[in-house]
Amino acid sequence: MTVDFIFDGLNQLFPEFAGNDIFLIIAMLLPVAALLGFITVYGFGVIYSEIKVSSFIQDKTGPMGQGPGLHAGKWGLLQPVADGIKLFIKEDIIPASADKPLFILAPFLIFIGALTSFIAVPFGEKIIITDMNIGIFYIIGVGSLAVIALILAGWSSNNKWALFGGMRSAAQIISYEIPAGISLVVVIMIASSLNMQEIIAYQAGGLFNWIIFDNPFMPIVFIIFFISVLAETNRTPFDLPESESELVAGFVTEYSGTRYAIFFLSEYANMFVVSAVAATAFLGGWQSPFSNFLNSPAWGVFWMMSKTFFLIFVMIWVRWTVPRLRVDQLMHLCWKVFIPIGLFNVFAVAIWIVVRGS
Amino acid sequence: MGVVHGEEMVLNIGPQHPATHGVLRLQVRTDGEVVSQITPYMGYLHRCFEKHSENVTYEQVIPFTDRCDYLSSMSMNFGYVVAMEKLMDIKVNNRVEHIRVVMAELQRIASHLLCTGVFGLDLGAFTPFLWALRDRERILDLFELTCGARLLYNYMWVGGLSHDIPTGFVESTFEFLDYFEPKVDELENILAHNKILVERSADIGVMPKDVAISYGVTGPNLRASGVKWDLRKNDPYSIYDKFDFDVPIGEGKKGTVGDCWDRFYVRIIEIRESVKIIRQALASMPKDGDVHQSLPKKLRPPKGSIYARTETPRGDLGYYIESDGSPIPYRVKMRSPAFTALSVLDEIGAGWLLSDVLAILGSLDIVLGEIDR
Repeated sequence: MTVDFIFDGLNQLFPEFAGNDIFLIIAMLLPVAALLGFITVYGFGVIYSEIKVSSFIQDKTGPMGQGPGLHAGKWGLLQPVADGIKLFIKEDIIPASADKPLFILAPFLIFIGALTSFIAVPFGEKIIITDMNIGIFYIIGVGSLAVIALILAGWSSNNKWALFGGMRSAAQIISYEIPAGISLVVVIMIASSLNMQEIIAYQAGGLFNWIIFDNPFMPIVFIIFFISVLAETNRTPFDLPESESELVAGFVTEYSGTRYAIFFLSEYANMFVVSAVAATAFLGGWQSPFSNFLNSPAWGVFWMMSKTFFLIFVMIWVRWTVPRLRVDQLMHLCWKVFIPIGLFNVFAVAIWIVVRGS
Repeated sequence: MGVVHGEEMVLNIGPQHPATHGVLRLQVRTDGEVVSQITPYMGYLHRCFEKHSENVTYEQVIPFTDRCDYLSSMSMNFGYVVAMEKLMDIKVNNRVEHIRVVMAELQRIASHLLCTGVFGLDLGAFTPFLWALRDRERILDLFELTCGARLLYNYMWVGGLSHDIPTGFVESTFEFLDYFEPKVDELENILAHNKILVERSADIGVMPKDVAISYGVTGPNLRASGVKWDLRKNDPYSIYDKFDFDVPIGEGKKGTVGDCWDRFYVRIIEIRESVKIIRQALASMPKDGDVHQSLPKKLRPPKGSIYARTETPRGDLGYYIESDGSPIPYRVKMRSPAFTALSVLDEIGAGWLLSDVLAILGSLDIVLGEIDR
């Protein structure tokens, strides 16, 4: 959508070169560059907010020294930048006994998974890089790339802790994709579409038209979805793959410097993607909560961002509050609690739609 | 470690590992995540304190005791001076006794705070740990006010104290206790009744009464197994018989008696009991009395030996001191409570998952400085 838009724009701007292949390449590269820029800025922002939110929860001040403020460095705004610079100038260490190609491949693979999910995320009414007809399905599919990267990282490090972490993440992410997927199936049934924009369009008309309030089962579906994506993004209480007090650092044990930073950034990028999907599928996406108020396209971006960042805030909040589950309890929760309830929800909502009409 | 079968793997936890609370190496044999055997290897922090003590004077042993259990230095000092005073037959005045009890109980709170916080950290909850450290900091401030040191005090001397408490200490301690008591409830609420923490610790690593007794486990670990044994009650030293406090035991509220949750919860209740003791001791503390009154001119105990035990935050701390009549001890031996607690790990930890083993280790509250000495 955006690619076509830029391509058409370039063609109109320079009619004598219309249809040039270079325009197409530019039209494709521009959104990707914008996306990378967005992820970087977002990464700094969310890392800063994670530090600061955790500081408020833990009764400490957090970083105060770096960056501009009312007087020198009042809020530590540049702390994530300093962290980033520190990570990027570190020595790049690959353990001698590691499987070198796979070790190098793993961080890229996880970042590709995170980055490519972004292209189907609707930021606003018109602002979406590719408005695929199977957008929500695409995001679930591409999101699964992460598990390959985590296993690769765990295996190629040639470290027992990393291996434990990799194996745990494989079991965890594959399992939790099922309840997350089942929850989205319910949404797809209600909206009768896999297209992200159409799902959002279905929810037009204010708060009570959002899918989360569509029928009495939807809040449960939303909670199952949200907890499952917490597990999929390896956030506490499901951070078993890198549980720092048990497995040292899990699958990232042997990673340092830039490669570690990429893992770190991918985790936060994944958080954004799953929060955006949750906001799209359940909370009306870029629709305003008031049917005819603040409902212009510009406000759409604001609503989308505030819903997404609220969910990210909840993730941070949960992380700094609860302990971690054990690996068997994690599996128990998924297979014996979420999947049966999720399947029941699919069944119940299907009957609801047939009886009430969608 | 013996024969390792095909599906099994030998894993070294430590000596540099976030959950080993110091430099401890646990060699575990795992089958997937299930741990079938745990062999602790200690000695990475061995500093020959007992041997050193045979070459320095009796006063110079006190800083060594500080550095053994660095999380409860006051209690370590206390045990040594109680033993020495018994050996030399010194009676200290009432003010000294009261100050010592206040310090020892403040130290118990500080130590238990760290233990409960770190137990949460072992289970993945980071915030309670920092809350606990925040409150522990206030206690360290009180110690700093008293003797200038925050961790290693060298405060209790044979026959007295290094300093009297400063002006305003009693008021600031009361102020701290008023601030602190609601914080204990907060800590209990975020940890003890958290569903995930209960799932992670109830029924895990159960230490039955007979196992605890036969291994010689003492302190909160023993009490969590349902044995009402506290030297402050059962064999009172100093002036503990004057105070009114309870000895909490594990009741198996969330699972079985003697599980990780009990070991953790007993410590939370003990914090509250210590607050009670401090309030009583501060209220009944005599206004006058020289803390240097009974300091002997020369520390030269008569020929003979003594074994005296006190209740530190980790259990029965025994000092065996043998004197040959010279100003240098012939032998100083310490009975370490954390050592026995560590030795029971294989018995109660084998068969659990890797995460559980680290939770059990955290619930035993070991300090490697004291184990290795």
